[in-house]
Amino acid sequence: MTATVVLFWVFAGIALVSAALCISRRSPLASALWLVVTLFALSAVYVALDAQFIGILQVLVYAGAIMVLFLFVIMLLNLGRGGPSDLKGPAGLAIAALLGGALFVQLRALPGAGPPALIRLPEGTMAALQEQQGMVQTVARPLFSDYLIPFEITSILLLAAVVGAVVLAKRKL
Amino acid sequence: MLLGPALTVSAILFALGVAGVLLRRNAIVIFMCVELMLNAVNLTFIALAQQLGVAGHVFVFFVMAVAAAEAAVGLAIILAIYRHQETVNLQDIHLLKG
Repeated sequence: MTATVVLFWVFAGIALVSAALCISRRSPLASALWLVVTLFALSAVYVALDAQFIGILQVLVYAGAIMVLFLFVIMLLNLGRGGPSDLKGPAGLAIAALLGGALFVQLRALPGAGPPALIRLPEGTMAALQEQQGMVQTVARPLFSDYLIPFEITSILLLAAVVGAVVLAKRKL
Repeated sequence: MLLGPALTVSAILFALGVAGVLLRRNAIVIFMCVELMLNAVNLTFIALAQQLGVAGHVFVFFVMAVAAAEAAVGLAIILAIYRHQETVNLQDIHLLKG
């Protein structure tokens, strides 16, 4: 096993354990902090999968911005103390475990061999591309050429979200 | 070479997110579980991008932008609900019940 594979499994294990803790902690604050751990571990997993730029974006956008927003709302609503548990009883736990397990079995039943050989790129194409163009350019080039219109629409979406958030959260306009 | 393990990890993460949505009653925690599911899908995109080209990375970028917009609007809705109902427990919010 190479170092990459070892690191992949270490950080994948951290991500899975902290995700399980995230959904089982009573306090929303503890849940949020365990989710931050999951997001950091996932960014390391991305690096192990040759996506260094996306790994950095994950830390900046998810762990840095989105989770701060969550923690801010938890603070604003004064939910940090825990209080009575919001987990459902044994029946809810059974349903959640059953449906989650069924979903996992279905997802794993998909062919594990990966995409068909016809559309698969030759081994090492991505690594060569990243070697040649650099980590950021590999993502940026298609983003500003093939995916230019989706990119512009994303900016409109973000503007709409900002306006919507202000309208919803303001007491009186 | 890590495709199979990455897809397995992603499937477990997605199942954990679904289980969390079904298990919890706190609206904010349910929202965090949705973020967990989005991240599981991102992991699938990244894993498949190794074999199918850089489009996967671009899509992860879009998913992150949509997740940011969704978090902003969703948390604003939760704030508005809290102002009306003084709770974020979904069991106590039953306006649609006759």
